[in-house]
Amino acid sequence: MEILNLARQAILIPAGIEDGDIEQIMNRLLSSQVDAADIYFQSSHFESWVMEAGIIKEGSHSIEQGAGVRAVYGEKTGFAYSDLIELPVLLEAANNVKAIVRQGQDANPLHCKVSTKAANWPLYYGTQNPLKSLEDQQKIDLLRHVDSETRKLDSRIEEVIISLVGVHEHIIVARQDGSLVADVRPLVRMNVTVIVEQNGQREQGSMGGGGRSDYNRFIEQDTALEYGREAVRQALVNLEAVDAPAGNMTVVLGPGWPGILLHEAIGHGLEGDFNRKGTSAFSGRVGERVASDLCTVVDDGTLPDRRGSLSIDDEGTPTEKTVLIENGILKGYMQDKLNARLMGVSPTGNGRRESYAHLPMPRMTNTYMLPGNHDPGEIIKSVKKGLYARNFGGGQVDITSGKFVFSASEAYLIENGQITRAVKGATLIGNGPDVLTKVSMVGNDLQLDSGVGSCGKEGQSVPVGVGQPTLKIDGLTVGGTSV
Amino acid sequence: MQNQDQINQLKNTVQSILDEAAKQGASAAEAGLSQENGLSVAVRLGDVETIEHHCSQGLGVTVYFGQRKGSASTTDLSAASIKETVSAACSIARYTSEDEFSGLPEQALLATEFPDLDLYHPWDVSVDKAIELAIECEDAARFYHEEISNSEGASVDTHQGLRVMGNSLGFLQGYTSTRHSLSCSVLGQRGDSMQRDYWYTVARNALNLDPAVEVGKKAAERTLRRLQGRSLSTRQCPVLYSAEIASGLLSSFIGAISGGNLYRKSSFLLDTLDTQIFPEFIRIHEQPYLIGALGSSAYDGEGVATKTRDIVTDGILRSYVLSTYSAKKLGLQSTGNAGGVHNLTIDTGTLDYQGMLKELNTGLLITELMGQGVNMVTGDYSRGAAGFWVENGEIQYPVEEITIAGNLKDMLKNIVAVGNDIDYRGNVRTGSILVERMSIAGE
Repeated sequence: MEILNLARQAILIPAGIEDGDIEQIMNRLLSSQVDAADIYFQSSHFESWVMEAGIIKEGSHSIEQGAGVRAVYGEKTGFAYSDLIELPVLLEAANNVKAIVRQGQDANPLHCKVSTKAANWPLYYGTQNPLKSLEDQQKIDLLRHVDSETRKLDSRIEEVIISLVGVHEHIIVARQDGSLVADVRPLVRMNVTVIVEQNGQREQGSMGGGGRSDYNRFIEQDTALEYGREAVRQALVNLEAVDAPAGNMTVVLGPGWPGILLHEAIGHGLEGDFNRKGTSAFSGRVGERVASDLCTVVDDGTLPDRRGSLSIDDEGTPTEKTVLIENGILKGYMQDKLNARLMGVSPTGNGRRESYAHLPMPRMTNTYMLPGNHDPGEIIKSVKKGLYARNFGGGQVDITSGKFVFSASEAYLIENGQITRAVKGATLIGNGPDVLTKVSMVGNDLQLDSGVGSCGKEGQSVPVGVGQPTLKIDGLTVGGTSV
Repeated sequence: MQNQDQINQLKNTVQSILDEAAKQGASAAEAGLSQENGLSVAVRLGDVETIEHHCSQGLGVTVYFGQRKGSASTTDLSAASIKETVSAACSIARYTSEDEFSGLPEQALLATEFPDLDLYHPWDVSVDKAIELAIECEDAARFYHEEISNSEGASVDTHQGLRVMGNSLGFLQGYTSTRHSLSCSVLGQRGDSMQRDYWYTVARNALNLDPAVEVGKKAAERTLRRLQGRSLSTRQCPVLYSAEIASGLLSSFIGAISGGNLYRKSSFLLDTLDTQIFPEFIRIHEQPYLIGALGSSAYDGEGVATKTRDIVTDGILRSYVLSTYSAKKLGLQSTGNAGGVHNLTIDTGTLDYQGMLKELNTGLLITELMGQGVNMVTGDYSRGAAGFWVENGEIQYPVEEITIAGNLKDMLKNIVAVGNDIDYRGNVRTGSILVERMSIAGE
């Protein structure tokens, strides 16, 4: 109830939209025989600060608000949105949208009456406005402090670029049964990029983090300074890196962010829409073995304060910890309402959208593998010749062929059970449905990433998280130049 | 005429934003307004899947207090919101630092001539007509061959937009533009092998779109030819980038000679002006005034006049790609590239696609790249790829689950030929590009 009031004050009250107006829009939608309908109201306040070349170079503030109106009939969806939260505009949108029902009998119009249910789901983050969690001067002081401390770390540092970003978002979902549900979502992120130079050779390192809380997280335990140290460390490692090997070899992935493997190799392929349509390499494979029995993988929107977490998804469904793979067996998919209904299963709280101007679809939240029994040192020791990949850039997957890539940004050779030389970044490529069957050791060191992930699908970007323990994969193609 | 009225109305709003900035104490300001609306219709398996009506607007403002700068934006264009947005930008400028390089462009560089580039051709397509067209396209793909087993559908998109920008130097201009597209993606199956591919057509004028049936057939052909792909053994060999992905190679080059990467020293082409970075036969140039083209514009994101100009001639880098800020940082002049390049074009040779395959002789034809894998600082390049193994100029079999790797500096220098099979669908116009040798990693 409190959340809904906050969201009303942020969105509906300034726009002069009352419950009666929402009923009117919803009834307009329901005047055709639709299967489902919703109205999504959103207001986002965003700021960013950039420090570069030792000065506060840029700052920006933006406000995005609007409403999206959707009607669903069978597999068909009608959608319209507007930046103007005004009754006549939204009624017009509803008219456009309900035209999705071709055989538009105006039969049994359900009369919607707005009811405001108290939130009876757990909240996984606070409602605080991160933009106000520090005074502007304190944000500047934080950036300056990180900049000067980072620059002191090594004489080879040429440039330090630091960004600080905060978002405070309110959403309200009006559902066809007339219920209004709301969420207030803080999100912050800080990044430090360092460029180093040695004898004319340049390299860069980058580290950042964040989550659904406020800027104080960067001050506590000197987290922000740690980002700087880590960025410098990575850049200096890369200065020493030799050409990466090329070919198929044993790969040990470090804990945490390398979990992007799971996001690309299996996560996307287990999203409900692709499986309903039968376009995923995992389609129709529930109950089958898709990983070694050491692997249990979940998608979990319920982790407190994490970047990928949500109390409710963008359709108002409370998020869950969804088991995707249990001891190697494929258990289920991630669902939004539309695909869950069409597949005859329950939604899993994975219906997400970039904004009111986009349609929701099944998306990941925080995707990670549960820990195993092995000490990470033991795993390295077991490899005669291979690659240890500790940090990654982005990745991509073709969900139909199952082929996926992810690019290592910090990697080392393993020779006779020892980590030896640093090698240059390289892209790793594999086949989603069988890469996890080659997992032969799982570490006891589960880590989640630091909170920097964004995932793109059909042009929509949403914040996500990944995680994993140290993993050994017996055979993955490493795309270096050293043939 | 109605457009001119709308443009004038937005011009008035932009002027009022600039006035408001001055009133709040800004010594200079720049503002941009945009309005866009459109329709997207998607069909799948012969029936409607989604109908989306788009309508959006936005305002962005940057203010300068001497050398300090602040920016703000909003989607709410009410008078009260505009005032708040300006004051948010002004408030930010109180905290940013004095930056001797910041500020508006030099007056003399601002565009003064605004030829009609023929960018506005609204498509009066009804929802029903769009559905019909999309189904025609998807049907052409679905029923092309029995191995086409499933579909991700086809879609028709049409957008029209209006943009106005102004600054406190007196620049105040606006234009309308349209963009329409038709795309299709289908799946194929043979044995255990399932593949998907797509094709699309895009144009400012719907009359210039490829026929729906052709787009559908092309999507189907592209899907079928990928079936039962295999990996390659790890090796080095020549690599031919097909035209539709070769643009990415040129985009990486442009990234490396862009002001932002240069002044941050995060480019592998630092200090390479007037040096040989391509083979002698390469010429790369910008054509901002092409009539009706997707990348045409008389001015850049700051109002600076764009120029028809050479970037590379005889393989030698003649100019960087700069905005006002990055130019000042480097002690140079803006090249009219705030926001990017305009119809970047590489001169092609005489070989068509088949000729390029012959030139490749034995090696790898790449038709898809995956992942990022490009290190702008060092030029190190390693990406996932799919394509075809070619012997004696003839395609042998599809290839997947491999990577191609090299260093961009070497790759650019070792371009062997550029085909005349130009892909006109984007802001970068190139044919297929043959690179002498790269490392392939596979099974």
